[in-house]
Amino acid sequence: MIIQSIIGGGLIGTAVSILLLLNGKVLGVSGIVGELFNNSLKKNYWRLFFLLGLFISPLIYNIFYPVSLGEITSNNLVSALGGLLVGFGSRLGSGCTSGHGVCGVARLSLRSLIATMTFILFGFITVYLMQKVLI
Amino acid sequence: MSAIISLLVGMIFGIGLIIAQMTNPSKIISFLTFGENWDPSLLFVMASAVFISFFAFSLAKKKNKTLLNLDFEIPKRSDIDSSLIVGSALFGIGWGMVGFCPAPAIVSLAFGNLQTLLFIVTMLIGVYLVKIIKK
Repeated sequence: MIIQSIIGGGLIGTAVSILLLLNGKVLGVSGIVGELFNNSLKKNYWRLFFLLGLFISPLIYNIFYPVSLGEITSNNLVSALGGLLVGFGSRLGSGCTSGHGVCGVARLSLRSLIATMTFILFGFITVYLMQKVLI
Repeated sequence: MSAIISLLVGMIFGIGLIIAQMTNPSKIISFLTFGENWDPSLLFVMASAVFISFFAFSLAKKKNKTLLNLDFEIPKRSDIDSSLIVGSALFGIGWGMVGFCPAPAIVSLAFGNLQTLLFIVTMLIGVYLVKIIKK
């Protein structure tokens, strides 16, 4: 449903705006995870609290509506390799769907726009090849 | 104070992803599928999120300090280098393989299956590998 996409996207944009205008931080999840390894605990408080918020969000949602998230259907090997590539690639490329795709595009960064088009393009190619291999 | 805001932002962001169904890997894979089965939902989610975030970043550009009197930490890089392209391409491959990017994976963890946990663990390994090679 389009309306769900727009409401969900609106909440994502709201989260980005609050974090930026109050805390001065850019909401990039791969960066938030990655910088945990580079900073002292004191500097990481906001990151840990943000990640805690993400983690408990389905539990909060589930209080009001039964939550159905969908699940990985890939096998163990594909899941593990996919995770490795997502972690490695998003850090090497300085961002993922949130940092480049939402924040970077919203502040009209050409660098982020190119990154976003690159990962979407390679996502398409990968799905195409995976379906060719599996059929 | 900023830690509490981060917690709330994480929750709002996570609930946005849940409502937009971005936590469902098959929804992401449908977006990344060529042809008549293509599901454009993710574009609406991104458009809606970018639209709201755009105003927040425009406002942030005009201010020196946030509403909590903190400094803005906004990325300044604009170079298009090979790390950006290679990293984004690898991220796109992992994303297409499984249908998860970092945030939805973390949101799904509490209700997820074994593959979700596996994905997160290898994602963290991938993140850490970039820290090692960048030294």
